[in-house]
Amino acid sequence: MYVAVKGGEAAIANAHRLLADRRRGDRSLPALSIEQIVAQLALGVDRIMAEASLYDRTLAALAMRQARGDMIEAIFILRAYRTTLPRFGYSNAIDTGAMLVERRISATYKDLPGGQLLGPTFDYTHRLLDPSLLSDNEVDAGLQRDAGPEPVMRVSDILASESLIEMEEPDETDTAPGDITREPLEFPLGRDERLQALARGDEGFLLALGYSTQRGYARTHPFAGEIRIGQVEVEIDIPELGFAVSLGRVQVTECQMVNQFKGSAKQPPQFTRGYGLVFGQSERKAMAMSLVDRALRAEEFGEDIVAPAQDEEFVISHSDNVQATGFVEHLKLPHYVDFQAELDLVRRMRREYDAANPAIEEMKEAAE
Amino acid sequence: MSMHTHALEGGFANPVLGAQATFRALMDAMSRPGTIQTLTTDAAPPHPLGLAQGAVALTLADHDTPVWLSPALANVTTKGWIGFHTGAEIATSPAHARFAFLGSGEPIPDFLGFAAGSQDYPDRSATLVIELPSLSGGPQFLATGPGIRISTQIALQGLPADFLHRWRVNRGFFPRGIDLIFTAGNALMALPRSTDLQALGG
Amino acid sequence: MQTAAKTNPETHLSAQDAARKLRIERLARATVEEMEGVLEAIGGVPEATNLRGPETGLVMIRGRMGGTGSLFNLGEATVTRATVRLATGAVGHGQRLGGDKGAARLSAILDALAETPAHRATVETLCAAVAARIETEDSRLAAETAATRVDFFTMVRGDD
Repeated sequence: MYVAVKGGEAAIANAHRLLADRRRGDRSLPALSIEQIVAQLALGVDRIMAEASLYDRTLAALAMRQARGDMIEAIFILRAYRTTLPRFGYSNAIDTGAMLVERRISATYKDLPGGQLLGPTFDYTHRLLDPSLLSDNEVDAGLQRDAGPEPVMRVSDILASESLIEMEEPDETDTAPGDITREPLEFPLGRDERLQALARGDEGFLLALGYSTQRGYARTHPFAGEIRIGQVEVEIDIPELGFAVSLGRVQVTECQMVNQFKGSAKQPPQFTRGYGLVFGQSERKAMAMSLVDRALRAEEFGEDIVAPAQDEEFVISHSDNVQATGFVEHLKLPHYVDFQAELDLVRRMRREYDAANPAIEEMKEAAE
Repeated sequence: MSMHTHALEGGFANPVLGAQATFRALMDAMSRPGTIQTLTTDAAPPHPLGLAQGAVALTLADHDTPVWLSPALANVTTKGWIGFHTGAEIATSPAHARFAFLGSGEPIPDFLGFAAGSQDYPDRSATLVIELPSLSGGPQFLATGPGIRISTQIALQGLPADFLHRWRVNRGFFPRGIDLIFTAGNALMALPRSTDLQALGG
Repeated sequence: MQTAAKTNPETHLSAQDAARKLRIERLARATVEEMEGVLEAIGGVPEATNLRGPETGLVMIRGRMGGTGSLFNLGEATVTRATVRLATGAVGHGQRLGGDKGAARLSAILDALAETPAHRATVETLCAAVAARIETEDSRLAAETAATRVDFFTMVRGDD
């Protein structure tokens, strides 16, 4: 049943005004600028871009400010905004092999072409709160060293040269992949659609699922073959020109997880892959994504599906935090009529129960 | 330069207002089948695409709606114009098109060759935009159905002789099926799949 | 040094198209200040008719599974584009990541100007300056990254 009521207008308007006031906070402090958010809360901005599935640092920072730092709210706002924009087209595939690398590490090879490049990492910090950051002290610029001509070779290419890892080659037709922003999800999905969903999936959810595979819920024997962060060109065909041009660069994080595979009737023992690719600098997300990608390939490798991380319907249906927050948070909306009906039902059931069990009532009373 | 400048000219001077005005006319046409809507538009599509046809393309077609052009319309400039101003891909076969544009006097291909949507998604169907010599003065049909109070008469010129039969076949797939927009210069009339047609004696 | 070079060099392009491609790509990375500076030097922003845009939309960025495999859609980026025609009849295209309509229009105007013999050299000079700036920025980033390269040395090696 549905009953329309009115009366919240003034309360809502005042609540929004109060929200704006609280968002601004103490007026004696300068307001945060979008440029400051982009520059100094960069990884938060990156997370918003990744999970909103929209690469635009300025808009992501604006969303963060508007949402008072509530990440899922900011992601929601940016997702909603993207639906107002027309689609111009699809880019050519970005080439992570030709990345302008800002960080690159491998847990499988100590010495490898291009070397272990730590970049601006939290690793090896002691995770001790740094009181010097309480004030705006001078910060030294990064040191520089001659980079040398050596290309930063993909680790997967090193393994591929020995044929010990499954090949990753374009399918013969190189056909257009599925697009979950255009077609409704229909299970089972292709790996293309899964990767698109995972790339925008909630970092916390994917982290927990990735962790679950390590704790024994669908073990995949993973090694971080390579993690690389850097800038890649985005190139698109321009029909009116008759050739493709680069629109500029985006920063992405790529994780190639290498997983031991004992082989099956069809495939020899080899290493298989889990893949993670995420907008911005987002190493944890890319690693979690690659663990979950590999777990979701269970059927492809003839593995038993025994754990949540292998269950495509479970993982993909629940990885989108905008959908999830919408459904969870809708519970706070008025359900007065539904609840009234439930209340009546429970009262009636209780009367019937009491009538059928007078002895229990008497025992209770006696006990008191 | 790979594309002739003609293909780059002739879009709406103000894309938002131009598309809104045409959309309003299309909405009225679709919700009141059989009425003739006259467009006032500054769109200037390349010959032989009609004025209303061009405005409809600019308004409805986008990157997600492949467009099929009939042989008479499928010249380099028209293809380039549609691609440049709407972002739509030019479909190589009618079956892949969401919108199909047909020139005046051309044979109308079998409706069965166009997407009719699915039972779950009847909207994934094609809309044919057909240029005619005139939207009045032709053989009379009686139209009934949603959006029509009792019945209305239409008299399109230049339809094939078996049109009524073909339209009945299309009606038989309901809720699947194609929709039609007829254009003549700056005028348009819609025939959604929900409209039933009967020949009027004589 | 690491570069962000393209996978498929456009070897099939004519020299003219190859030059224009490079120009449009560099204009896509030019700042508003860089472009305005050049336009001021030639007497301000010329009159230009908008043929399309400037408009902001989305480009779906595609990746490959495992970096080299089949395609998938990674996510979208905002892109702003403009096509203009100058009084001379020259048509220019500009497009860049982000939402800066003014910048996209300026880059389209500069692309059109470069189609006219009178201003080709001016625009090419701007493009060369943009390329040099990007090269400097990239070299600096590569050098900063190289300073964080691990130089392993063996402390103890044993079998027990």
